[in-house]
Amino acid sequence: MSEKVLMKGNEAIAEAAIRCGCRHYFGYPITPQTEIAAYMSKRMPKIGGTFLQAESEIAAINMVYGAASTGRRAMTSSSSPGISLKAEGISYLAGADLPALIVNVQRGGPGLGGIQPSQSDYFFMTRGPGHGDFHIIVLAPATVQEMADMTRLAFELGEKYRMPAMLLADGTMGQMMEPVVLPGESVDPETIPATKPWAVTGTQMKREHNIINSLYLKPDELERTNFERFERYAKLEKEECRWEEYMMEDAEICVVSVGITARVSKNAIVAARKEGIKVGMIRPITLFPFPKAPLAKAAEKVKGFLTVELNMGQMNEDVKLAINCSKKVAMCNRVGGMIPGADEVLAAIRKEAK
Amino acid sequence: MTYETIMAGFGGQGLLFSGKVLAHAALIEDKELSWLPSYGPEMRGGTCNCSVIVSDDPVGSPIIAHPNVLMVMNEPSLDKFEDTVAPGGTIFVDSSLIARKVRRTDVEVVYIPATKMATDMEAKSLANMIILGAIVEKLRCVDPGKIEEALRETISARKANLLDLNLKAVEAGREFIRSQNS
Amino acid sequence: MAVVFQKPKALTDAVLHYCPGCTHGIVHRLVAEAIDELGIEGRTVGIAPVGCSVMAYDYFRCDMIEASHGRAPAVATGVKRSMPDNIVFTYQGDGDLASIGLCETVSTACRGENITIIFINNAIYGMTGGQMAPTSLIGQVTQTSPYGRDPKTQGMPIRICELLASLDAPAYLERVAVNSVAHVRQAKKAILKAFRNQVEGKGFSLVEVVSTCPTNWGLTPDKACQFVEEKMIPFYPLGVYKDKEKIV
Repeated sequence: MSEKVLMKGNEAIAEAAIRCGCRHYFGYPITPQTEIAAYMSKRMPKIGGTFLQAESEIAAINMVYGAASTGRRAMTSSSSPGISLKAEGISYLAGADLPALIVNVQRGGPGLGGIQPSQSDYFFMTRGPGHGDFHIIVLAPATVQEMADMTRLAFELGEKYRMPAMLLADGTMGQMMEPVVLPGESVDPETIPATKPWAVTGTQMKREHNIINSLYLKPDELERTNFERFERYAKLEKEECRWEEYMMEDAEICVVSVGITARVSKNAIVAARKEGIKVGMIRPITLFPFPKAPLAKAAEKVKGFLTVELNMGQMNEDVKLAINCSKKVAMCNRVGGMIPGADEVLAAIRKEAK
Repeated sequence: MTYETIMAGFGGQGLLFSGKVLAHAALIEDKELSWLPSYGPEMRGGTCNCSVIVSDDPVGSPIIAHPNVLMVMNEPSLDKFEDTVAPGGTIFVDSSLIARKVRRTDVEVVYIPATKMATDMEAKSLANMIILGAIVEKLRCVDPGKIEEALRETISARKANLLDLNLKAVEAGREFIRSQNS
Repeated sequence: MAVVFQKPKALTDAVLHYCPGCTHGIVHRLVAEAIDELGIEGRTVGIAPVGCSVMAYDYFRCDMIEASHGRAPAVATGVKRSMPDNIVFTYQGDGDLASIGLCETVSTACRGENITIIFINNAIYGMTGGQMAPTSLIGQVTQTSPYGRDPKTQGMPIRICELLASLDAPAYLERVAVNSVAHVRQAKKAILKAFRNQVEGKGFSLVEVVSTCPTNWGLTPDKACQFVEEKMIPFYPLGVYKDKEKIV
């Protein structure tokens, strides 16, 4: 049994990644996720791993592409403006069906924006960050414990479905400390490439050459790869949706929120319950695939929904789609690095309860 | 019981660190907790604060709207947070740095000349630990004895020589409260 | 009957898609010969660029990766750091290496990554139909410099070997050409050395190959080779720009 330690969310991701057998980290400094790079720069040299501060986010994601091509568990981390730069590489990873971990500790935008917490990359991440028709697995942790657990999940799901996987956090989640139990059993990094017969590890003159590639000049071939990929996405949606239900048994109002705002919402829900308002929450944990089924099920019995988010209503649209606009989907949001207080969320809940 | 503590002042006063020590002590006691720093572009001298929640129940939001414990080490922080304190809460003021008095009448206030005490101890940078000692002695939000254990875990080996001084500072804060009570 | 000439083993049987008279075929052969001679095919990973040689992954028998435009040195870095005992090479054109990927080129050279880069400089974007490249010559007419490259508005051509020679980290930089038998022989030596350096752990090695593009230059293969001799080489002098072995 592993012991509880106190760690920042960013550090928990880094340590969990190492314990998952990740020995290749490539990054570029940007607030508020730099602790991940700092942690890796300390630990990797001591365990025979690679920490490389790349010349740019673009180079970093392409180094990940190279390392992932060899079958290794590889990762990079950044924050919103840096993720824009990585988008090209993410598209190539998806096009070459390479698993890799990308961490996005979001800050306010657009442009240089600010450095305070945000969830405004929601659309950008859940719709496949980059050109072309593709998706990546998107996980939204709400505790430091989940930062660690989902690091492992991201590697495992990514490999199972041959997709890039993203931890989509926000500045608060990255910066806060909470007790966390890290993955106890460490994965031996040497054992991972052997499970990937497609990896470029050198033919050893024993097999045909492997090619990692996303170029298909014949339209019918390219169409086939797209269809095949979306079959995998369908399977992913069927089997891997994750969410948390909180006080939903008798709820008449369903709050939908992720990350830091889900935590603020919990406080507001507790306060609203004291006032006799029947309110609960569905917290999506996977954002792609989006947990449509539990929302559709909730729509059959609740009066309405309330999304609480740090953007101009991006997840709000997904909730409307999930319930086919069958109920009102209200919104309580702040942007630019502002975070709604529990009072604000409570007021929004009261309004919907009327 | 839930203690929602905001520690605020200038960057460089060790506010994030005293918050960490409090959080570590809570961890040692197996309490629920969260620690959240403000973060900004400035490394030193800017305003700085951290929020520490210590509770018997799982922590919801780590963001504190209405602290029931406020520790302030400069006047702008007192100005900023005084009105947010929950009625019945306690404000710890470093009275050697903040000239004015707390205006609220529905809160308890502890004025402690921490920076002067620290200077007298030739440990000028440890005023934060003196106030932390006062907080735990007065409120028992964590077992004061666990602070020592937390300090041993938090202070890096490189600065091990500072451990004794930190312990002394915490003890000075606790003694300050005890002497007021007697 | 004795075999006196055959395809290197490190090339596949795929039919090259390059235009008639293009020198990519020669350089592919030289790379494959080097791989054969060093006996490293089984542990070599090649990185193909975006540009005419984008499909090089079909031509080399070793494991191959197709990189995004300009990022081959970063991809190579990721591979090499994951498998330091493997041999990693990139094969890039002038748009890829000297324009969009210049940052990766310089940074990878600066780190002294123990990889081999084969840089094809034919002063034009071939695959997209003949646009101006960073290495296009002054006055050179291309689709995007229809009045000839004007230094006032379109800048001067970039000399990669000279640029990288100013860095401390690279082990070996040489510019060669493949427009004559003598030049091909020298190119072979240089490419072999660039791979051998990596096998021996000597560090970053780059060979710039001044090449032709008869199709987009609008010249016959023969005239294209003459153009290299008369126009390209005077601006891009052949020779060794850096060789750490030679520094005492």
